[in-house]
Amino acid sequence: MHLSMALLLSALLFGVGVYGVLARRNAIALLMAVELMLNAANLDLVAFDAWFKDTMHAGQVFALFVVVVAAAEVGVGLAIVLAVFRLRETVAVDELRQLADVDPPVRADT
Amino acid sequence: MTLADVVFGLLGVVCLAAAILVVTSRHVIHAALWLVVCFGALAGCYLVLTAELVAWVQVLIYIGAVVVLMLFGAMLTRAPVGAVQQLDSGNRPVAAVAGLATAGVLGTLVVAAFRGAYVDIHHTAIGDGKVIGTSLFRFFVLPFEVASVLLLAALVGAIVLTKREA
Amino acid sequence: MTHLAWLLPALPAFAAVVGLFLGTRTAGGPAVPAIAGTAGAFVVSLLVLASAEGSPATLHESVVTWTPIGGRTLNVGTRVDGLVAVVAVMVCVVALLVQVYSTAYMAGDPRYSTYAAEVSLFTAAMLLVVVASNLFELLIGWELMGLCSYLLIGHYWQTEGARAAAVKAFVTTRFGDAAFVIGIIVLGVHAGSFDLDRVLAAPAITRRYADYLPPVHDHVALIAALLLLGGVVGKSAQFPLHVWLPDAMAGPTPISALIHAATMVAAGIFVVARLYPVFVAAPASLTVLGIIACITMLGAALFALAEDDLKRVLAWSTVSQLAYMAAGLAVRGWTAGVYHLLTHAAFKALLFLAAGSVLRTVGTNLMSQMGGLRRAMPVTTVTAIVGAATLAGLPPFAGAVSKDGILDAAHERGGGLGTTVYVAGLITVAVTSAYVTRFVLRTFFGEYRGASGEARPRLHESPLVMTMPLVLLAAASVVLGEPLVAHNWHIARWLNAPIGTAALHVGAGGVALSTAIVVLAAGTVYALWRRDPAADPAAVLGRARGPLAAGFGIDALYDRILVRPLQGLADAVLRVDDSGLDAAAEGSGATASGLGGALRRLQNGNIQAYASGLVIAVIALVVGVSLAVAR
Repeated sequence: MHLSMALLLSALLFGVGVYGVLARRNAIALLMAVELMLNAANLDLVAFDAWFKDTMHAGQVFALFVVVVAAAEVGVGLAIVLAVFRLRETVAVDELRQLADVDPPVRADT
Repeated sequence: MTLADVVFGLLGVVCLAAAILVVTSRHVIHAALWLVVCFGALAGCYLVLTAELVAWVQVLIYIGAVVVLMLFGAMLTRAPVGAVQQLDSGNRPVAAVAGLATAGVLGTLVVAAFRGAYVDIHHTAIGDGKVIGTSLFRFFVLPFEVASVLLLAALVGAIVLTKREA
Repeated sequence: MTHLAWLLPALPAFAAVVGLFLGTRTAGGPAVPAIAGTAGAFVVSLLVLASAEGSPATLHESVVTWTPIGGRTLNVGTRVDGLVAVVAVMVCVVALLVQVYSTAYMAGDPRYSTYAAEVSLFTAAMLLVVVASNLFELLIGWELMGLCSYLLIGHYWQTEGARAAAVKAFVTTRFGDAAFVIGIIVLGVHAGSFDLDRVLAAPAITRRYADYLPPVHDHVALIAALLLLGGVVGKSAQFPLHVWLPDAMAGPTPISALIHAATMVAAGIFVVARLYPVFVAAPASLTVLGIIACITMLGAALFALAEDDLKRVLAWSTVSQLAYMAAGLAVRGWTAGVYHLLTHAAFKALLFLAAGSVLRTVGTNLMSQMGGLRRAMPVTTVTAIVGAATLAGLPPFAGAVSKDGILDAAHERGGGLGTTVYVAGLITVAVTSAYVTRFVLRTFFGEYRGASGEARPRLHESPLVMTMPLVLLAAASVVLGEPLVAHNWHIARWLNAPIGTAALHVGAGGVALSTAIVVLAAGTVYALWRRDPAADPAAVLGRARGPLAAGFGIDALYDRILVRPLQGLADAVLRVDDSGLDAAAEGSGATASGLGGALRRLQNGNIQAYASGLVIAVIALVVGVSLAVAR
């Protein structure tokens, strides 16, 4: 089969994932989009592995590792989301703005 | 245009459509379920590419664990069950531009680079359990161990992060 | 001994520096260095007089060459002749008496040490003007006097009146000084040097005594003389720059005695006398001076008649008497004019110090609140009456000699100017006698009209330290009248009068006429006073009194045409500075903050915004690089 089909699918999946990361408000939905991006990378790895006829199957092995890492990342990421939810009662990422640059609050005694 | 091409194409379309639905759905739970469809289609793609172990690992871990984890997370954070108007942030236009640009650049790149490349699926070593396992434990033992340590660290981290003050 | 003349400005200046820094720490207080310095200068002046007197028209120059900036050298030194020596003695005497008087008058003043130091500095400046051998030294002393005058008038700077008066004095004399400086430069450039000898020997000045000269020199003397007159008019408070002197009475009374009676205001007249050849070389300038003098002497005398404030009466009187001196110089009565300068120093200082004695006791300046003080303050009364008689010009007091000398010189000169001065002078004699009589009667005779009961001040004579100078000055007023009898021609010799000027001559007829006028005017005022001792004899002026008391509104006129536009201009400049320049400076700061604020919106805390920026930037870079590489 044509390699470019797999690669094209991967590229499109990645673009969709990027859109999801930048557009979604709910933190869980955002994590889902991140998973899409990781899967796109996985597809690339496997496709190239098949094309190279690699006997060591490095591509597929690394795809497995990517799955492991993705799972770990989802676990920790959800733990963070839970912690944030406990603190702020919300998981909307655009309401979490403490990194913003604001004037320091005026002290009452000045 | 072989049978492999056709099957792969159909699966790819399904995958892509599901992915788009994941990022545009207004229900969080629906998005998670569309993600299941997407992962499933991807597993099918892997099968076409003769990567059997990866495909079943995909189903097992991604669909079986990751999506379930996300559903748990959604429920624990009181994700709205019904449709939510504001599931998309105000960043949508910029995100669309960024996504389209990324897809466009990457797609152009790969198509331009690998236009005539052809995967001969009949003459590759099928990536079944025995082959991948041998390769894994023969050539990639160290990354394997490191990955297990990583998992341990993630486990511990997740527990610590969500521990309530006693 | 004339080589000691440099000590004359040096000693008081040194005393000023010492007094300023160590005044409060000297045993005996700040008066010690001040009086010591002035007394030392007095002794030196006597020595200088002793050696300069008797040798007609000799001058002694001690020269030190000084090259301040590359180019011209300046010869710094002293030029002593009879005029210089006599005036120096006069200055030292008055300064010394004022310093002694001030120890009692200013006792308890928290800034006495500064005051004493400033008076010493002023004495040094005046003596510098007197002994200067070149015009720049004279100018330095001139400006220093102006500074000291400002500082001393503003001594009570916590009051609005003193502050305003100090500024007014300074700015008004500044107008004149601007012309004065240009005049000096004209003279110096023409003569090629600023030394007095060279200046007075320059072709444009001496042409009356030499032969034909190219026409270009014709106008230098006139221009220089008119410009110098600007400074004279300012410093000596003549019309139209007379407005500062009555307001300067806001300063302490000893200052009024020293600066605004005897010395600083006389400096203008002194300069005219010193540089007389310049004025003689341009007779038009003397005519101008004469006309100004006539206007001033009559106007000021009338203003004095209408004033209620005791010190202001004396201030207007000073203006009028200075005009007398100026008029004397204008009609070539050089010796008479200078002699009047000397006698005026004596009697006006006397009158001011007596006024200070009265003020200190009574606590108010207004004559309507005084009266009947002759019983409580006998010494002050007697000396004040002597001073008043001298001012009015009664023989045998000194005022008669100098005043009649001027009138005589005017009469002798004849012509338009001489007759005008003579007539104006006679009328002023009458008015002077009137206001002086009014002053004496209102202050010392009749019944006390001030506060009664608990608020009534304790009327007592002033301490010896204050009355002694009064007595000494009264004695001087008598002694200086001596020449009337036999020695008038000595004065001209002493003073080294320039050639071509009238000698001090007083005819019996002139004396009789002016004495008659004086007695008549005084008698009229006395009769008016007798009718109602408590009322003001000036009330007979009726409706004329208002404008006279307001100085014919000249002050108000100046305020409208000069002060307000200048203040408006100053306000406009201030506004431009505030809203324009300051705003530009602050605006640049605000702009920087604004730009920073605008940039800060990138950091809005929204991680999706950060991530979007990141992704788009990376894509752009990739596209850009690949396009660039592909070229």
